[in-house]
Amino acid sequence: MTKIEEILQGILTGNKRSIAKAITLIENATAESKKLIAKIYPHTGKAHIIGITGPSGSGKSTLIEKIVREYRQNGKKVGVIAVDPTSPFTGGAFLGDRIRMQELSTDAEVFIRSMATRNYPGGIARATKDAVKVLDASGKDVIIVETVGAGQSEVEIIKVADSVVVMHAPGLGDEIQAIKAGLMEIADIFVVNKADRENADKAVIDIQSILQLNNKKNAWKPPILKTVALTGEGVPKLIEKLEEHKQFLRKEKEHKKSLLKAEAELVEAIKEQTARAVIEELKRRGKFEELLQKILKRETDPVSAAEKLLEESFRKV
Amino acid sequence: MQSIRKIRVLIAKPGLDSHDRGAKVVARALRDAGMEVIYTGLRQTPEQIVETALQEDVDVIGLSILSGAHKTLFPRIMELLKEKGLTDIMVFAGGIIPEEDVPELKKLGIKEVFGPGTPTDKIIKFVLENLPHRT
Ligand SMILES: Nc1nc2c(ncn2[C@@H]2O[C@H](COP(=O)(O)OP(=O)(O)OP(=O)(O)O)[C@@H](O)[C@H]2O)c(=O)[nH]1
Ligand SMILES: [Mg+2]
Repeated sequence: MTKIEEILQGILTGNKRSIAKAITLIENATAESKKLIAKIYPHTGKAHIIGITGPSGSGKSTLIEKIVREYRQNGKKVGVIAVDPTSPFTGGAFLGDRIRMQELSTDAEVFIRSMATRNYPGGIARATKDAVKVLDASGKDVIIVETVGAGQSEVEIIKVADSVVVMHAPGLGDEIQAIKAGLMEIADIFVVNKADRENADKAVIDIQSILQLNNKKNAWKPPILKTVALTGEGVPKLIEKLEEHKQFLRKEKEHKKSLLKAEAELVEAIKEQTARAVIEELKRRGKFEELLQKILKRETDPVSAAEKLLEESFRKV
Repeated sequence: MQSIRKIRVLIAKPGLDSHDRGAKVVARALRDAGMEVIYTGLRQTPEQIVETALQEDVDVIGLSILSGAHKTLFPRIMELLKEKGLTDIMVFAGGIIPEEDVPELKKLGIKEVFGPGTPTDKIIKFVLENLPHRT
């Protein structure tokens, strides 16, 4: 068995070592990683991918720990990818999100990986997306991706996630401005964390008023939820909304599929009926019979004949 | 495609120490030397440390301990690493560890033991010179 084949088999049986090695190949952007992703691809598409973004210190990692616990109680297998920035000066990174999640690390059905943004060809979204695929193929039901909402990366999360949670917390300064700028459009669910603090309700109202400015008519109305990540308060409600959004996406996908199917059927019917009408018209004009004879005598061939016929018949139209 | 390999290091604190200043200093120094440092905070069990090393696919583990529990915790960590087939990870230690315990720890497979106040340059140099060959 080749190394890639071995890793693939390991991933498909949920082997943690293989999952870890596969993500390293992706991180290092080796030629092997491309081959591996191609092999993994047929085994993906089953997991619900949740992106969680928001300002540093808003409580993303703390909340993710509680979300994972809740999903585990419901019997779901969970993967987490926590992305932190690479220093542009040294190329190094301090990956500290696990501090809040360490009790989960010994759960056999949970896999947590910290990734630095590095300087990936194709951007961090590409590498994260591939790492998510590995977890997806390994049988995880839910995959959560944490990214810091600062600069470019927060908008990148929509390339990776099915459902995007935008987090905020009171006491982080004028962060609502940042949310207004980039994150408003990408949020499927808003979370105001640290609801145990005074100004949580004000943050909710701020988000509400910004949302009202955005009068785009979307089928999904992003709810605004309050959580206390330290205690897990509000987490069941958040999971409920995430499930709702997953169902919404599924329905939308089905709707899109029905639409495509209807279009194919319509095109087919038009082809059939126009062909029949055109042939009848040609027969009526006597052209059809005339050309048939020429084809028999090898004076022309069917394709050129059809071309000529259509050209003459429709030139006037 | 250009490969962009990075050295990945887990800095872990086993035992019941009540602060992690020293460990953080080392973690930051290694980051500033261009490495990716996974930091997991206080009070890690040997099981958590080894699981983290496995999932994060690190090249190096740095263990920091002040409490004196290294005699029980380090052997357990090294044993678990062996159990999981992670013997290709290089392990070093730092903190408050009596000189007379060092030979015993090295016998376990711990590559080096640094006392308190070791200049971070020395640790960086050590890590770079003792990187394991991993596949
Ligand atoms: N009072 C209060 N503090 C919280 C709550 N949630 C998280 N915190 C604290 O907020 C701090 C930051 O939490 P993290 O979970 O590390 O935040 P983060 O968003 O992941 O931060 P980065 O990874 O640096 O972007 C920690 O000290 C948490 O204990 C909460 O609901 N209430
Ligand atoms: Mg975090």
